[in-house]
Amino acid sequence: MNIDYDQKIPNNVELAGDKVLQRALEHWQPEFLSWWREMGPEGSNGFDVYLRTATSVDQAGWAQFGYVKMPDYRWGIFLNPATPDRKISFGAHRGEPAWQEVPGEYRSNLRRIIVTQGDTEPASVEQQRHLGLTCPSMYDLRNLFQVNVEEGRHLWAMVYLLHRYFGRDGREEAEALLGRRSGDADNPRILGAFNERTPDWLSFFMFTFFTDRDGKFQLSALTESAFDPLARTTRFMLTEEGHHMFVGRNGIRRIIERTAEMMVRERTDDPARLRACGVIDLPTIQRYLNFHSSVTVDLFGSDLSSNAATFYTTGLKGRFREERIADDHVLKEATYPILDVSTGELVGRDAPALNALNERLRDDFVADSIAGVEAWNVALDKRGVEFRLVVPHKAFNRQIGPLAGVRISPQGRVVTAAGWEAHVREWLPTAEDRGFVQSLMGRVVEPGKFANWISPPSAGINGQPVECEYVRFN
Amino acid sequence: MAHAAVSLPEQPRQRVTFDAHPDRYRHWKLSFDGPVATLTMDVNEDGGLRPGYKLKLNSYDLGVDIELYDALQRIRFEHPDVRTIVLTSAKDRIFCSGANIFMLGLSSHAWKVNFCKFTNETRNGMEDSSRHSGLKFLAACNGTTAGGGYELALACDEILLIDDRSAAVSLPEVPLLGVLPGTGGLTRLTDKRKVRRDYADIFCTVTEGVRAPRAKEWRLIDDFAKPQQFAGAVRRRALELAELSDRPQGTPGIELTPLARRIDEGGYHYRHVNVQIDATARTATLTVNAPATAQRGDLAAILAAGVDWWPLAMARELDDAILMLRSNDLEIGTWILKTRGDSERVLAVDEALAVHAGNWFVRETVGMLRRTLARLDVSSRTLFAVIDSGSCFAGTLLELALAADRSYMLSAPERADAPRVALSPLNFGAYETVARRSRIDSRFYAEVQPIARARETVGRSLSTEAALELGLITAAPDALDWADEIRIAVEERSSLSPDALTGMEASLRFGAAETMETRIFGRLSAWQNWIFIRPNAVGEAGALKVFGSGNKARFNWERV
Repeated sequence: MNIDYDQKIPNNVELAGDKVLQRALEHWQPEFLSWWREMGPEGSNGFDVYLRTATSVDQAGWAQFGYVKMPDYRWGIFLNPATPDRKISFGAHRGEPAWQEVPGEYRSNLRRIIVTQGDTEPASVEQQRHLGLTCPSMYDLRNLFQVNVEEGRHLWAMVYLLHRYFGRDGREEAEALLGRRSGDADNPRILGAFNERTPDWLSFFMFTFFTDRDGKFQLSALTESAFDPLARTTRFMLTEEGHHMFVGRNGIRRIIERTAEMMVRERTDDPARLRACGVIDLPTIQRYLNFHSSVTVDLFGSDLSSNAATFYTTGLKGRFREERIADDHVLKEATYPILDVSTGELVGRDAPALNALNERLRDDFVADSIAGVEAWNVALDKRGVEFRLVVPHKAFNRQIGPLAGVRISPQGRVVTAAGWEAHVREWLPTAEDRGFVQSLMGRVVEPGKFANWISPPSAGINGQPVECEYVRFN
Repeated sequence: MAHAAVSLPEQPRQRVTFDAHPDRYRHWKLSFDGPVATLTMDVNEDGGLRPGYKLKLNSYDLGVDIELYDALQRIRFEHPDVRTIVLTSAKDRIFCSGANIFMLGLSSHAWKVNFCKFTNETRNGMEDSSRHSGLKFLAACNGTTAGGGYELALACDEILLIDDRSAAVSLPEVPLLGVLPGTGGLTRLTDKRKVRRDYADIFCTVTEGVRAPRAKEWRLIDDFAKPQQFAGAVRRRALELAELSDRPQGTPGIELTPLARRIDEGGYHYRHVNVQIDATARTATLTVNAPATAQRGDLAAILAAGVDWWPLAMARELDDAILMLRSNDLEIGTWILKTRGDSERVLAVDEALAVHAGNWFVRETVGMLRRTLARLDVSSRTLFAVIDSGSCFAGTLLELALAADRSYMLSAPERADAPRVALSPLNFGAYETVARRSRIDSRFYAEVQPIARARETVGRSLSTEAALELGLITAAPDALDWADEIRIAVEERSSLSPDALTGMEASLRFGAAETMETRIFGRLSAWQNWIFIRPNAVGEAGALKVFGSGNKARFNWERV
């Protein structure tokens, strides 16, 4: 077969000369396309979409804009350029040269990390595949598609590692990534949160704000990996993950701005009156925030984890910004505070730092979330609205770890079952909330037009005007 | 007696070799009288392999057993007209007092295990020769026969004990040393000699053992004789046993010349076998080469080739390589088995081995191959066969792949040099494992159909795909995957606990059949090796440690 691989699949991994990779992709790429056609954004295969494509990792190449039909999107394979003589920065192998091949000893755990990360990418595409039918604008529709194709590319990134470094076993795992289905009871995606549907755009923005932020922290921890190809792949993925969080951050901000605008105009903060005006009241947004924040916090795993300890000690997965942390990077003696419930109160206690690495990454994530939410409060403040959105306590509504089953308020107070029941409707979205948000979801696709419940963005994509025809339906 | 409570440092250690020659024996005398060979144990007290102990009372260490092994090999090949081997002692009132306790007290656990493995294989080899080659063994126990001494006698076809009112047979390991007999003693009592279990229980717990009349009653010995009659009785019985043998008469033997072996940093190098050690990866690549030239298949040519006949020369080298690696390279945990050369030549040799199976030399050569391959099965090393281009895993050499824990065969159907494997009739019975089954039989749990399908292909050259389909190999990576697949498999294997691997591999290797031999090795691994590392044996006040010091052992009385 004579295929111009570099043209078809932009890459910086010398695909044209890599027979192992070519053979694997010859089989996998058609399967990926048929997965995309079946499970990608509904009804979108014929659209021309104004998308950003990465054709190289340098300044000029990583963001090439143009109209493209999504099945023809050039999903590429990119690794950040290698750091010459990179050394392992943590764990038992600290100071040794980073690995350019998978050490047999860690094959199984590395595969598991890569497969788990890889599985979330197609899962989120599947979760979001119906959203195009209820988009609030052509601009937002395009952003959704951009997120979707990039999740697809992130899948490619993980599949590249499986194909290139894990042999037949890796090919089988890569195929399985296309075989699982989000929400399918018999064939679910690996992580629970990725089997939930994304039912509306408020959820979508919250998802990209919180859950893609989890992605950022997981990927950051993997950029520290001793397995250099994984470190370099995830480093490049992070540049794209940034865009996804941008979609969430701005999406929610535009919703808030629209609600604030209505609150000022109508001189009311009464949810019922605001809903009657067709905007989403701030307490409902807070409940969505509480839900997505708590579900995402669970994604970091159990507070004390032997797997996390093993992954760290063996050099597979580091901490967020490992090299900026001033400690021994081995953590044999170190401790880290985790939460426990004692006599009806949340109390901190010191746990072995190696086992508490999930908790540490979770704390980094929460701090980052709080900073992000603060930007929304600035927007409210600017418009003279006093309401403040708050990131719930990390112990709130937990389903994983020792805090699962303990009822804790968003403020971090332990409450009784009765206390929980009395307030849960204030803390988490109710069926009515969801029904109301759903009722707002009509399709707006006329260029430059926006649904009533969301403000236009301040600028378009890549210097294009906001009213640009970002998606041509043909 | 010296106090044995200090251990010798493990490093630096001298490399052990298994080279021996009757001219240089320090512990044995080998004499011949018609069809009877007499192996007389006369252990040189000061001739221990390592410093720190004296080999008193005809006690032995590895060095003594290396000579025994050499003597047996020489009788097999150099003295075809020998039909009975009499094992006896030159010491007064002592036959053999077993493995030297001070040597055991000074040895590392790994050394003890490896020592026991070799001594077991030598004794199994005696029984193997009795079963297959018409060599009969008579233990002429002319005095105290204790512990390993009695186990040596147990490995013989018959045991004759001197009845001088003091000589006894005994297994005093439990009461004296707090360990078990390490060379199949307990198992041969039950499985081979059918000693009733309550008698065996008493026998194994009394330090003084059992003397002549009762020893026969309890089946611990076959017969006894008064000192004046002893030599005559031995002679008479030896000749009677010789009558049972079909070994030839008046036939010249084949001299076992010294192996041409070169040792260097990289490993052990022979004419047909090469061992390349990668100390960092903790692997050894054992490559067995097919005959470099076509081998004539007629008996005259085979006998003329003698010790240089490829199957014998190769087997001797492989045997030595296995022993060298096991004794000297403890950390080399994974052996990668490879072959190089022309499969047709290997199959031609197999045909000669089959056609001339009735000839004593060919029979001994097959026996040598059988025992050597059986060493692989009980080696506590991971065995991966790598069947690549240029290999010749055919017939006898296919046994290497069948002995392996896994085999990887390159799939390259489009290539002219794609590897092939082939079965020969010898794969179906000539090379029994210690489970006394062929490796094909063990592999398929004696199920009729897969074995029959394999048998139908005898003599045909099989592609990777066919071998995979028949279940003869484990995996068939193609050229693109090959290097990585094997590298990762080997690296992953090498990272696992060596103890757990030893136990796991031994548990999986022999199929469903149990024999006396598998029980001996299994129990040695499970019980003896456990007891050997427990404080009750080797702690500061353990029985093995304090033996001979005048101190009493102190036990932790908890039953486990």
